[in-house]
Amino acid sequence: MAEFKEAPAGSSALTQTTVWLENRFPTLFSAYKVHLSEYYAPKNMNFWYFFGSLSLLVLVLQIVTGIFLVMHYKPDAAKAFESVEYIMRDVPWGWLVRYMHSTGASAFFVMVYMHMWRGMIYGSYRKPRELVWIFGVAIFLCLMGEAFMGYLLPWGQMSYWGAQVIINLFAAIPFIGPDLALLLRGDFVVGDATLNRFFSFHVIAIPLILIGLVVAHLLALHDVGSNNPDGVEIKAKKVPGTSIPLDGIPFHPYYTVHDIVGVAVFLMVFSAVVFFAPELGGYFLEYNNFIPADPLKTPLHIAPVWYFTPFYSMLRAVTDDMVNVLVGITLVAGILGFLKGGFKGIWRFAPLVGAVVVAALMKTFDAKFWGVVVMGVAVMILFPLPWLDRSPVKSIRYRPSWNKVLYGIFIINFVVLGYLGVKPPSDVGTLVSQAGTLFYFGFFLLMPWWSRIGEFKPVPDRVVFKAH
Amino acid sequence: MKKIILSLLAALAFIGPAQAAGGGQPWDKFPTERLTDMAALQNGAKLFSNYCLNCHAAAFMRYNRLQDIGLTEEQISKNLIFTGAKVGETMKTALDAKDAKVWFGAEPPDLTLIARSRADGAKGSGADYVYTYLRTYYRDETKPTGWNNLAFPNIGMPHVLWELQGQQRAVFAEEKDPHDPAKLLHVFKGFEQITPGKMSRAEYDNAVADLVGYLQWMAEPNQAQRVRLGVWVLLFLAVFTVIAWRLNAAFWKDIK
Repeated sequence: MAEFKEAPAGSSALTQTTVWLENRFPTLFSAYKVHLSEYYAPKNMNFWYFFGSLSLLVLVLQIVTGIFLVMHYKPDAAKAFESVEYIMRDVPWGWLVRYMHSTGASAFFVMVYMHMWRGMIYGSYRKPRELVWIFGVAIFLCLMGEAFMGYLLPWGQMSYWGAQVIINLFAAIPFIGPDLALLLRGDFVVGDATLNRFFSFHVIAIPLILIGLVVAHLLALHDVGSNNPDGVEIKAKKVPGTSIPLDGIPFHPYYTVHDIVGVAVFLMVFSAVVFFAPELGGYFLEYNNFIPADPLKTPLHIAPVWYFTPFYSMLRAVTDDMVNVLVGITLVAGILGFLKGGFKGIWRFAPLVGAVVVAALMKTFDAKFWGVVVMGVAVMILFPLPWLDRSPVKSIRYRPSWNKVLYGIFIINFVVLGYLGVKPPSDVGTLVSQAGTLFYFGFFLLMPWWSRIGEFKPVPDRVVFKAH
Repeated sequence: MKKIILSLLAALAFIGPAQAAGGGQPWDKFPTERLTDMAALQNGAKLFSNYCLNCHAAAFMRYNRLQDIGLTEEQISKNLIFTGAKVGETMKTALDAKDAKVWFGAEPPDLTLIARSRADGAKGSGADYVYTYLRTYYRDETKPTGWNNLAFPNIGMPHVLWELQGQQRAVFAEEKDPHDPAKLLHVFKGFEQITPGKMSRAEYDNAVADLVGYLQWMAEPNQAQRVRLGVWVLLFLAVFTVIAWRLNAAFWKDIK
């Protein structure tokens, strides 16, 4: 324990209070230093680095608006829809709080997708930041659960049927599926029991986990330090005689004032949606959701909200034909593994046997189940990204030029998949989403191979920075 | 990097509106200026309580909210409430749900949010839909009610405003499908007036526009307030952004 300090005689009330606090709660002061005033961040962080702090801002917005919504919302199948309209009409400023929450859900995903993309192009997940990335992907998973369960609460047609469709997906899992779906619903159809358990998860369970993960994400980040657009480790070069990185600047005040600019611009866009287009053309609030849930009337076209649609598209892409293609790819991979895998002795046959077993399983179970698997793996594949990437440099700036094209195609492909997921299925759409699904998985699964090849540019010793 | 952002934005431009089911008769444009015209909204409220509320409810809408469109509580309870409801209550209907099911095959939907819920990204706003729908009823003796509708084919609800509009017949023509010559398409060619209504066509369109304006207003009574407030919020944020930007520049000028 630190020594007990004495405030100098005749010092101001502020100094006395500070000393009093310092003696009793030194953690407050050391945490302020570790995370703000003496957290050294690279001075060359650019536009893409706004989205981390903005994600945190949206999380706070969602929690605060959520607290006020729960004061008036009724998690009861007979009253839920009515209570939301009550909030929209009769609760003072209820409409504003509700629009902030509904727009915030979409804004959260926009921020998080941009944040993840930043991590991908600058290699922020690479050693020593693997855990930062893994906590981040776990946050993304929680966020998906949070958004999915929250979307049921207004109890409109799309809430109801969206939940019905997604829960039924779990029923496609062999052996345990139907029981698992029943457990999730708490009933044989989506009903009051489902609404109540989703409410409980949405307002208590997942937010608790989410906050814990966000804390872990930030603590781990502040232990290893932030990456930067050059992918240069700033801790390698210190100001002589100190432990301060040469290219580091204190987070506070430099990045706090910097992030405030990001916050201001973000709030402009956010407010423009909240005040002028809260439905955003049916993307943020679906029109059908202004009709109360009716278990007897299935809407013609059920689509998840936009932030799920890239993954939903991949699910829909898995038709019987697609399973055959996947079987073919698995077998080719098995043969390649057998011929070129470099395994010794009896293990030479492992890739071949494995591929045959997987291919047999693929033909045994329904395509719908494999669709669910593909959707799940599409998210899970983000976890091992730090180990899939074998590039000798972190940042895309020093990778071979064609990598930029590849990352460009990756993101366009992701947007196209998202777009197709909003639309009703069509023949052309299915073909495109099948190609898109193969590209998405190819991008990640072949990364250990393609990330190593090509001509890399020399990485500078220090970050590239031009004074403003 | 800029190229990637630009191509992303270009890709977004192709996305267009969500839930574009499309198909069917195109919708006419609802004259949106009615939304800011208090007299039009009041006339719409009158038509709504006289013609719609008998069978439909607006169960999330309180009568006294009509004060927002310039009516007094006294005017509301004297002229617009026919069910004996109190002015602070919501707009319930006198029609029994079971009777409705027998008479029309379905319970008439609640109308509070009808104008919001019927939007279709590819075809127009919910108001456009209702505006088209209320003007495209036509006589069809093959239907149990004797009525059909162009915007809502095989509708269960008869034409409630027929006295105002009069009766009309829809003229269809059989045309070859340009994509598949083997198929014949049933193409709508226009309406023919059979009997005149109390209103001329222009008067009727005008009355329906008022009614739809009211429905659109009722779906989100805060809409005007929301937009007005939004302008101030954005103005404030614009000033705040400039201050934040200069503050940032003042700090960062030390960083070399």
